[in-house]
Amino acid sequence: MTQPMPHSTNAIPKHSRNTPAPQRQPQISTIGARAFLLEAPGDFDLPAQRRIWALAQALRQWDDLGEIVPGMTNLLAIFKTTPEDPDAVTARLREAWERAESIDIRGKTIEIGVIYGGEHATDLAALCDHTGLTDREIVRLHHEGTYTVFALGSAPGFGYLHGLDPRIHMPRKTVPSLKMARGCVTIGGMQTGVAVLTGPNGWNSIGFADHQMFDPKAAVPAIMAPGDTVRFLPERIEL
Amino acid sequence: MIEILNTGPLNTIQDIGRPGYRDIGVTASGAMDPMALKIANLLVGNDEGAAAIEVQTFPFRLRFSGATAFAVTGGGRAALDGVSLPPWWSQTAGAGQVLELLPSPASARAYIAFAGGLDVPLVLGSRSTSLRGAFGGIDGRSLTNEDILQLGEPARTVFAADGLGVVPPATALSALFPVAADGTLLVRALPAGEHDLFGADAERFWSQSWKISAQSDRTGYRLSGEPVRPTAPVEMRSYGIVPGVVQVPPGGEPIVQMSDANTAGGYPKIAGVLEADLWRLGQARVGSRLRFVRSSHAEARTLDRAIAAYVDDISNTSQMVARALKTMAGR
Repeated sequence: MTQPMPHSTNAIPKHSRNTPAPQRQPQISTIGARAFLLEAPGDFDLPAQRRIWALAQALRQWDDLGEIVPGMTNLLAIFKTTPEDPDAVTARLREAWERAESIDIRGKTIEIGVIYGGEHATDLAALCDHTGLTDREIVRLHHEGTYTVFALGSAPGFGYLHGLDPRIHMPRKTVPSLKMARGCVTIGGMQTGVAVLTGPNGWNSIGFADHQMFDPKAAVPAIMAPGDTVRFLPERIEL
Repeated sequence: MIEILNTGPLNTIQDIGRPGYRDIGVTASGAMDPMALKIANLLVGNDEGAAAIEVQTFPFRLRFSGATAFAVTGGGRAALDGVSLPPWWSQTAGAGQVLELLPSPASARAYIAFAGGLDVPLVLGSRSTSLRGAFGGIDGRSLTNEDILQLGEPARTVFAADGLGVVPPATALSALFPVAADGTLLVRALPAGEHDLFGADAERFWSQSWKISAQSDRTGYRLSGEPVRPTAPVEMRSYGIVPGVVQVPPGGEPIVQMSDANTAGGYPKIAGVLEADLWRLGQARVGSRLRFVRSSHAEARTLDRAIAAYVDDISNTSQMVARALKTMAGR
């Protein structure tokens, strides 16, 4: 009989460390000929993201890379020119991943006031249907969470937040909203965030926050940075 | 100084783009046809990445306030005071002369470069207009009638009196950039991460011809055709993207992200267009058809080299002509 495996790396038997299961390998794929996407194996969690941050730091030393875009437990490496041997690039990325140690970024804490419900919460009813929870429970689970900025992306200053309660995960919409307002507090799959631009958006809106996230003329244009902690403070709940 | 007399919506100031800030969500922007932008700049003695006007809605008219060397490349049919100019052409305009651009059937976008380049403030290292971000260019907006544009200091002051042109890349490089007999644009791409999750539909993605829908702009092209869907729903963790990524939303009709692409996305991606073919996609018109052709890294390198050689050749020739003209003027 096998014993249940405790969730500590110390407890993993030596032989299983030497022969990692296939799913412990990162997935590496390409977008076009110059961009390579490395996706961390395993769960969507902070340890995986800390290793992505470490990988990003290591890759900043690579002269042939034009740009590094850390995502949600993944990283896009954009080369300046088309690499001669894509297999060699994949091997180098794999090796860098194996060597990447965890980085703990101690960021600042950002508090964002939110009006939950109301005219901008266009998808709250759908969220109730999907989760079987009441709108009040959904709002409570959302604002009680403590979130970590995993990465910025999509639009200027938009922070992808990790830490959403699994009970209120909700797939992106089949048909995106064509004109979702800047400031909408949204859920996209297992992620949450605050829309920074008015425009098409496939995430589900449950509230609104009037919080400036980006100033292109500032020395540090984006308010959020990876590793920051975000808390949502309910200013008003309109249900 | 340049005065905009007549412009449609969505004509903007663009340079070679704003790479380097994708990790804070800032799209690279830049010309949809970077090769045409570079050549327009080289013809007037600018750095290849200087700021120029990207015209995608016609007719477009501007007036020169003083003698100015300019070049028009890419699409469009240009005329100076009513006199037609050859395609991919540079010339010197006199004070008060009016340059007019009308649409051309083959290419969607024209680039007008001026000696000295357009002098608008650098934002995050670029003069490109980011319409989504509302910064860059002129306050992050499209050009409007009566806009006055200032020019930088020209690097060259002597230009060929009768003008100077180049052989357009679609002609010069025709062997490397084929078009199907029925006019369908052939766009080379590599399979991307979720390609195999589309099962049998993946083959249909490559074999069918897709129409560029009217819901297409600098951000991306929506393609219409027989939908392709993964065999099971895919809910992705958001990942960084680049122009040329072909994503498939749940409806099954692909989106190709272009110059103003988001920097990250979450739809499954079926393919990625070769960087060397993006300029052709940037010139594809709404309503036209394209087919994706499976390519390789080796082919990508061949195309990259051919493009670099073509641009280098024009750069060298342009500098040679400039030196010769300067010598003659000095006599």
